[in-house]
Amino acid sequence: MKQIDKYPRKPKPPKPDVKQTERVGGNVRDRLIAWRDQHAQALFSSLSRLFSTPFSTTMTVGVLAVAIALASGFYLVVVNLQQLTSGLEASNQISLFLREEISEARAAKYADGIRKNPAVKHVKVITKDQAMTEFKRFSGFGEAIDVLEKNPLPIVIEVLPKDALVDKPALTRLFEEFKQSTEVDFAQMDMAWVERLQSIVATARLSALLIAILLGFTIFFIAGNTIRLEIHNRKQEIIIAKLVGATNGFIQRPFLYTGFWLGFLSGVFGWFIVTIILLILRSSVENLSGLYKGAFHLMFFSYTETLLLLLMSSGLAIFGSWLVLQVQIRQLNPE
Amino acid sequence: MASMIKFENIFKRYPETGDVLKNVSFELRQGEIAFLTGHSGAGKSTILKLIGLMERATRGDIVLDGQKLSTIKERHVPYVRRKLGFIYQDYKLSPDRTVFDNVALPLVIAGYGHHEVSRRVRAALDKVGLLGKERKFPVGLSGGEQQRVGIARAVVNKPPMIIADEPTGNLDPELSTEIMALFEQFQNVGVTILIASHDISLIERMNHRVLRLNRGELVAG
Repeated sequence: MKQIDKYPRKPKPPKPDVKQTERVGGNVRDRLIAWRDQHAQALFSSLSRLFSTPFSTTMTVGVLAVAIALASGFYLVVVNLQQLTSGLEASNQISLFLREEISEARAAKYADGIRKNPAVKHVKVITKDQAMTEFKRFSGFGEAIDVLEKNPLPIVIEVLPKDALVDKPALTRLFEEFKQSTEVDFAQMDMAWVERLQSIVATARLSALLIAILLGFTIFFIAGNTIRLEIHNRKQEIIIAKLVGATNGFIQRPFLYTGFWLGFLSGVFGWFIVTIILLILRSSVENLSGLYKGAFHLMFFSYTETLLLLLMSSGLAIFGSWLVLQVQIRQLNPE
Repeated sequence: MASMIKFENIFKRYPETGDVLKNVSFELRQGEIAFLTGHSGAGKSTILKLIGLMERATRGDIVLDGQKLSTIKERHVPYVRRKLGFIYQDYKLSPDRTVFDNVALPLVIAGYGHHEVSRRVRAALDKVGLLGKERKFPVGLSGGEQQRVGIARAVVNKPPMIIADEPTGNLDPELSTEIMALFEQFQNVGVTILIASHDISLIERMNHRVLRLNRGELVAG
């Protein structure tokens, strides 16, 4: 719009036929270019407007970025927690820890008895030695265990009930039956703790979702309120534009772009906040994970998640701005 | 010449003040120039607001360029306003836009390409004698110059009608005469001009049609 000197002056006085007001200026191509230019102009002028008030822009973007960081941070916590449970299948396996004094021969006999039970599909006996070898391999306490004089581990019988036995009461009956046996010191249903962990993760996921929704509203309201102030500051300009025939669409365009920039910039900064926090946490998490043979890796934002984050923060801010504009622009009218 | 604006038995009532306009009827033809005068509160600005659709008549019909204003939907109001050039006593320029951008606004709104915008803005500024001041800001101009920027903005889109509210209110007689001479030039190319003013000496000097309002009633015109 400001390219005044690019085009040599053509001194043409207004044509005498002022009868028609042209709603169409120039041909289709010119109008398309003008439309594109208008959007580009609104995009960049709204950005430079934000930069022209660095203090208030920093405050607004800061608040929004923290809200976004909280929401997406919780999301990543859940994603990382899910990683812990994803490898675990909710099997209905029952582990029977036999009493200390039970010999291996007796354990084998007992296991045979269990095999005859029609509700049982598979039985596996883990001897004390097998258990020790396995424990040494996976626990990371190998050397410490070597110090022990006596193997403290009990014989374990793993019982896999028939697939048909998925209904809880039947399974519980079987479980109680085992618990009563004199050979068994302690019986454990694997499903129970998997279920427990899964329900913890599910609760965390739901909490994260609710917090994200709440923070989404925050973005929506803060962006809307910022635009409301901006409309107030530019009241005169809006009225003048209405006076010379601007549609509401034309007037709200730069404000919508301002909303977009607020959301987008906040998304970018929110992303950085979360990523920096994860980078700080990474070494200690990896360290912890190393102690457990590296079963767990800290997960950062993926490309898709980053894109989604920016789309959502921009979208929410645009929507908040749009809603405020619908109300406020109608109220501003030339006198 | 065809009718440009026609008031047919217009009433305007405000809940607080009662009837501001009572049974006002008049017609301006294309290329006609007229003063609208009367005491303050006589209803001058209400008539201007009705033409620009800032207000709606309580009763009666206004026909602008063949269009009944009472039937215009709110979302079509901007397109009606593009047929009108408004000129104000306080100029109503955007202080943070240059002269060029101020004058270009109606064209940008109408969606003209920047080549065309540039050409027309310069033509309009040439017409009001401000060519070369495109890059200045309104604060850097004198009152007379600011008024001429306002006029350039009003005519840049070549509207068939110009509405001026006390356009010479802040100007000395010499400048007022200059502005009036400009209006007459626009009249010569077929623009209809309605000037609300209580500058009696100017009105008497100009020898144009006068619509006189008294307490909401048209008493001469």
